[in-house]
Amino acid sequence: MKDEHMLQDPQQNKSGVTRRSFLKAATGTAAGIGISQVFNPALIQALETGLERHPVLWIQGQGCTGCSVSLLNSVEPSIADVLLKVISLQFHPTVMASEGETALENLYGIAKAYKGRFSLAIEGAIPTAADGKYCILGEMGHKELSMVDVVKELAPMAGSVLAVGTCAAYGGIPAAEGNVTGATGVVDFFKDNTIKTPVVNIPGCPPHPDWIVGSIAHLLTKGIPELDYDGRPTLFFGENIHENCPRLEALDEGIMSQTLSDPKGCRMDIGCKGPNTYADCFKRKWNGGMNWCVDNSVCIGCVEPGFPDSASPFYEPA
Amino acid sequence: MAGCKPQAEMAGSKKTVKVSIDPVTRIEGHLKAEVEVKNGVVTDAHLSGGMYRGFEQILRGRDPRDAIQITQRICGVCPTAHATASALALDDAFGVELTDNGRIARNLILGANFLQSHILHFYHLAALDYVNGPETAPFIPRYENNDVRLPKELNDVGVSQYLEALEIRKVLHEMVALLGGKMPHVQGIVVGGATEIPTREALNAYAERFKKVKKFIQEKYVPLIYTLAGPYGDLLKTGVGCKNLVSWGVFELDAAGTTLLKPGVYTDGKDYKVDPAMIKEYVKYSWFEDSTTGLNPTEGMTKPDAYKPDAYSFIKAPRYNGKPHEGGPLARMWATNPELSKTGQNALGVKNLRDIGDACFSILGRHVARAEETALVANAVEEWLAAAQPGKETFVPAQIPKNAEGLGMTEAPRGALLHYIDIKDSVISNYQITSATIWNANPRDDMGQRGPIEEALVGVPVPDTASPVNVGRVIRAFDP
Repeated sequence: MKDEHMLQDPQQNKSGVTRRSFLKAATGTAAGIGISQVFNPALIQALETGLERHPVLWIQGQGCTGCSVSLLNSVEPSIADVLLKVISLQFHPTVMASEGETALENLYGIAKAYKGRFSLAIEGAIPTAADGKYCILGEMGHKELSMVDVVKELAPMAGSVLAVGTCAAYGGIPAAEGNVTGATGVVDFFKDNTIKTPVVNIPGCPPHPDWIVGSIAHLLTKGIPELDYDGRPTLFFGENIHENCPRLEALDEGIMSQTLSDPKGCRMDIGCKGPNTYADCFKRKWNGGMNWCVDNSVCIGCVEPGFPDSASPFYEPA
Repeated sequence: MAGCKPQAEMAGSKKTVKVSIDPVTRIEGHLKAEVEVKNGVVTDAHLSGGMYRGFEQILRGRDPRDAIQITQRICGVCPTAHATASALALDDAFGVELTDNGRIARNLILGANFLQSHILHFYHLAALDYVNGPETAPFIPRYENNDVRLPKELNDVGVSQYLEALEIRKVLHEMVALLGGKMPHVQGIVVGGATEIPTREALNAYAERFKKVKKFIQEKYVPLIYTLAGPYGDLLKTGVGCKNLVSWGVFELDAAGTTLLKPGVYTDGKDYKVDPAMIKEYVKYSWFEDSTTGLNPTEGMTKPDAYKPDAYSFIKAPRYNGKPHEGGPLARMWATNPELSKTGQNALGVKNLRDIGDACFSILGRHVARAEETALVANAVEEWLAAAQPGKETFVPAQIPKNAEGLGMTEAPRGALLHYIDIKDSVISNYQITSATIWNANPRDDMGQRGPIEEALVGVPVPDTASPVNVGRVIRAFDP
């Protein structure tokens, strides 16, 4: 099975940089990678068993690239290790060297060669109105390809689909009230087009890098992770923010934050959506454990299916 | 045409060949470039923005304060710039004055992400136009004749800095998060200032990380840019563009609004003060209703028309005083005209940015301006760190006005950024955004003038139409 996932990777190249010397420059080895605070063991195992690189095709619809940028912030393992040791990122518009038809031919070529065995990562919503014209991914063989076209063609060929970010998972901001583009999340789009490929929703605006990397690692080592009613891995989205909030004690004592810059107290009176939000931000924290939304101001519920409309207005009182 | 292989023509062909690159990659967003090549040189160019979400429509009817969160989601590379523009527009509409510490906290959040964005842009978006990565995805496939000219030793340096820059930009996001809550998409910028009063501990953590960043900028990024001028010297002479520039200025240094990077307009070789009334957005060649053309953002309307014939982009065409203008590091540095870094002064033998002259208006000139700006902002971050006062208030509460207008003009790393808000009955009745990419990557206007990147593509050498490397180099130098 491992071999099936392996892509050809010539060691030598014209510029003289071998994959080995490139890897040497990357910090740490698989065995030496440390474990961050509450990281899931699946990833560590994946790295330690020397998993062959799994082909991933990453396409972008109506998004902001924030999910990709968040993925770059992965700490354990670093993004260099993710790219060079865990996955073979064969298509990613923001990162890959290639462009134009060369890039699209590779996208379709890999999908055909690894049919049923690659993962399709979808970032951004899928605009279904106006014949898909609100999002064009490129042009191949004199034919314009919309996000709708590409998802319809590639998703049934994929072994699994990762809906990365709230836009891909549930529609997110492009699907908010007032939109005219027919923006749709992956699961709804699959229902409308009878696509049966299993989907893992990794919501968040953006998702935490650990949620993305951890979901991929789980997929590669143990298959599709356990999902909640909204299609999210319970591993990361199983706990309520408010019920686990370090500030819950303040609420019990009746200490409520008075303004957005009040360092003390429970944030409920100033608009915090923690009570309606399920994610492990309260213990994982963001950007290498530097901070998180509730300590900074309020949670706006960005991992929830109704975001942003269900969380709006974000601040209280009026 | 799609792709370029079948019609590949070598230099010297008298025939005009159409070359299309779709998608243009290593940028934020969806872009197509179509150029006409004759005798190995680009003779015309069309740039199409291929994605529309409709932020301006989605914002209507919402609580004005939500705009700062929602508009950040326009761009995951520069959300702090949209947060800043939106907050400035709301500060204006709410009539609130920031505390000194609030202003400094915003600068520290925005500043760290400015540096992050520039480093990400050069190393992870643009560098593969000049350096070959290893022979593995995502660094292959690439053009067969990709014109990478570095000797092995220098190419190795580039690859190793690519990796190091991944770490440095991550550290910069940690710095943003220390005061902004998390990144991408910060919680910390709000109307009335910033939410997190800096503690001594947070400032120390920020300063500790910053040391590493500054060293990288001074010792790696800036020198590498000047090193590229050796093997790629011809790229200082091509990609000229419209030679008109706009900068709204950014990083407020005092309550009066003096900024580190200066506002200024440069049109047909003359300098002018910024007058927002001179901005008009045209849509003749954009997929928006013709009835909405020629409007100033304060009266702007956004009505998509995805089937409009002859239109070729979802990007409107903003013009200043009726002419296309380029935004970005070059525009800001031209307006500011600071002394170059010691590395730059030694490499070029000149003192200030404008002394570089016409070479600024080129593919490599834009990379030089960006690298120099990175060094300049890094120096300022150090001053803001020293000026930030632990424990001092950063936030001034303010009521939502029943009816008010607000204008926020600032700079995203990639260029001039304007947000306009109109509040009626305490909710948003109109919201208009004229972003950096809209200034640079726009299509023709109603008068038929090309957009700045389109114009910069004209005259660029494309000796091998199967590998139109210089087209991507021009586009990415603008960081659209």
